[in-house]
Amino acid sequence: MRIVVLVKPVPDPAAGAERLDSNLRLDRAAAPAVVNGNDEYALEAALKLTEAHGGEVTLLSMAPASAPETLRKALAMGAQRGVLVSDPALAGSCTLSTTRVLAAALRTLEFDLVLAGVDTSDGQAGVVAAGVAALLGLPYLSYAARIEPDPAAGRVRVRRISPTGYDLLEAPLPALVSCTQVLGEPRYPSLKGIMAARSKEIAVRSLADLGLDPAAVGGSVATTRVLGARPPAARGATRVVRGSPQESAREVVAFLAERRLI
Amino acid sequence: MTASLASAYRLTEEQALLREAVRTLAEERIAPRAAEIDRSAEFPWDIKELLAGQDILALPFPPAYGGLGADLLTVCLAIEEIARACVTSSLILAVQELGALPLLLAGSEAQQARWFPDLAAGRTLIAFALTEAGAGSDPAATRTRATRDGDDYVLEGTKRFITHGSIADLVTVFAVTDPEAPRHRNLSCFVVEKGMTGFGVGRLEHKMGIRGSPTAELVFDRVRVPVANRVGAEGEGFSIAMRTFERSRPGIAAQAVGLAQGALDVAARYATERLQFGRPIGELQMVQALLADMDASTEAARALTYAACAAVEAGATDAGRWAAAAKLVAGDTAMRVTTDAVQVLGGYGYLEEFPVERMMRDAKITQLYEGTQQIQRLVVARSLLRRFQPARS
Repeated sequence: MRIVVLVKPVPDPAAGAERLDSNLRLDRAAAPAVVNGNDEYALEAALKLTEAHGGEVTLLSMAPASAPETLRKALAMGAQRGVLVSDPALAGSCTLSTTRVLAAALRTLEFDLVLAGVDTSDGQAGVVAAGVAALLGLPYLSYAARIEPDPAAGRVRVRRISPTGYDLLEAPLPALVSCTQVLGEPRYPSLKGIMAARSKEIAVRSLADLGLDPAAVGGSVATTRVLGARPPAARGATRVVRGSPQESAREVVAFLAERRLI
Repeated sequence: MTASLASAYRLTEEQALLREAVRTLAEERIAPRAAEIDRSAEFPWDIKELLAGQDILALPFPPAYGGLGADLLTVCLAIEEIARACVTSSLILAVQELGALPLLLAGSEAQQARWFPDLAAGRTLIAFALTEAGAGSDPAATRTRATRDGDDYVLEGTKRFITHGSIADLVTVFAVTDPEAPRHRNLSCFVVEKGMTGFGVGRLEHKMGIRGSPTAELVFDRVRVPVANRVGAEGEGFSIAMRTFERSRPGIAAQAVGLAQGALDVAARYATERLQFGRPIGELQMVQALLADMDASTEAARALTYAACAAVEAGATDAGRWAAAAKLVAGDTAMRVTTDAVQVLGGYGYLEEFPVERMMRDAKITQLYEGTQQIQRLVVARSLLRRFQPARS
């Protein structure tokens, strides 16, 4: 099985420093970049599938030139190689541009499955995976809680999370699956994985390499515009409760009861 | 904090990456287990599996046998990061290295090929058995005997205070092969395997700290050990043991540094949260003075430990002095910093709800094992005075 996982470097949500710069674009210098959380779940699912069925995992990312540093961690988890589409013209891309670029890059790769996280922690649009599938004419299986490929029969079954439980979907390969955290916790990279990742290939592609016109994608033709961003309202003072579970529980109950919240 | 250290000490990119990986693992997976490991006083097999699965136990072993071939500093960085969360867990790596060092230093290719792949993968554990009831600081007083009999040696005697002795699959044991030889030439080193007839555990000790790490008395009742299990030459045992300490004592120093850092982290966080006299106690100068001394001395111990690693790795002629100095300073620092951490937390620090009382109990062992602080001073002083000895005519 040849699996491509779409990954995006995002500002580390744990740093709590996401903000826009003066051009109302994401300020990438404000917080260290990490692999988008949901993409790590997709990668974990891909690694488990190749462990069970054989094959290789390729990472595909559209990101600034600094991305390889972030992609190394995903390579350390066990992906074989990375493809990074990076081009100055892509700054300020909207989701439509991103979708077109990733679709163009996927046309240059061979795969049975494409996996993607359901959304990213910075943009949270959650539409790129569906758009890529649409542009490439791939079956789109969303919100996967379980992925069961049958490479010999050339099909994949997916359990899709629905409001009432699960839907069972089946599609011919190749297909694109968007992945949820129900698929299972991403692994920690092993030390050998970290060492090996340092010499794995990350192929960098420009728009010209993909045959895309720089005037057709990127910030200049963005279909959406960010008008502004505000941090959420500050929370009140935090009170930390410490002590034994019994003591702590009593204190929390007293606190809530005092304010007539319970 | 240690965040800026990669640039300050010029860790290689690889060392910085590995340290980051171990730190994340220690914070997310080991720290939450530390209190329970101490309370239950049971060896954390789950943490052993975790360290093995992440290749952390592979660090000290050669790549040819499935190891990572890491240098001493890299091994110490891993020990430090684990000890910051749980000292008992850091011993899993430290003792795997300690027990294997005689084989790394003096083992034959055949011996390494036979035992290293399983040790590097963490499928087997190894312990180091030098100390006896009557031979602690003075290993030359060892009484365990190894008598040659055909293709075997027959081992007879009792070892005491052997970390992981009861759970190890292999033990590197030091025994007297020639009672007539001079004091430092009468010992030899052997690999004793679990299951050999006559080899057993006498008792387990109940300890003040590192309670999840079993400390065993090992009994050798006419154990037949093949000559192929002798490490190095006959009579080379004392030298192997001393060279082992040159590389293992920096590991204990690193453990002490991690422990001090862990206690400092808890105390500093507490000082920003605990309100007295209407403000966080961290704004009180007396508390600030405690914290500042803790921070500065921890950094000093860390700097000396890393410098010792570099000196030992570079083959310094006074490697023993560096190793002893690092353990001396770092062990005393860990004891003082953990004690002061309890002081910063006041009465709460004395309760088991906070980790600092455990860290204070754990710190004491770093002043005792792999040579007491008094022995470290002896090693440093001898090396120092040798340099200033007037030439004899």
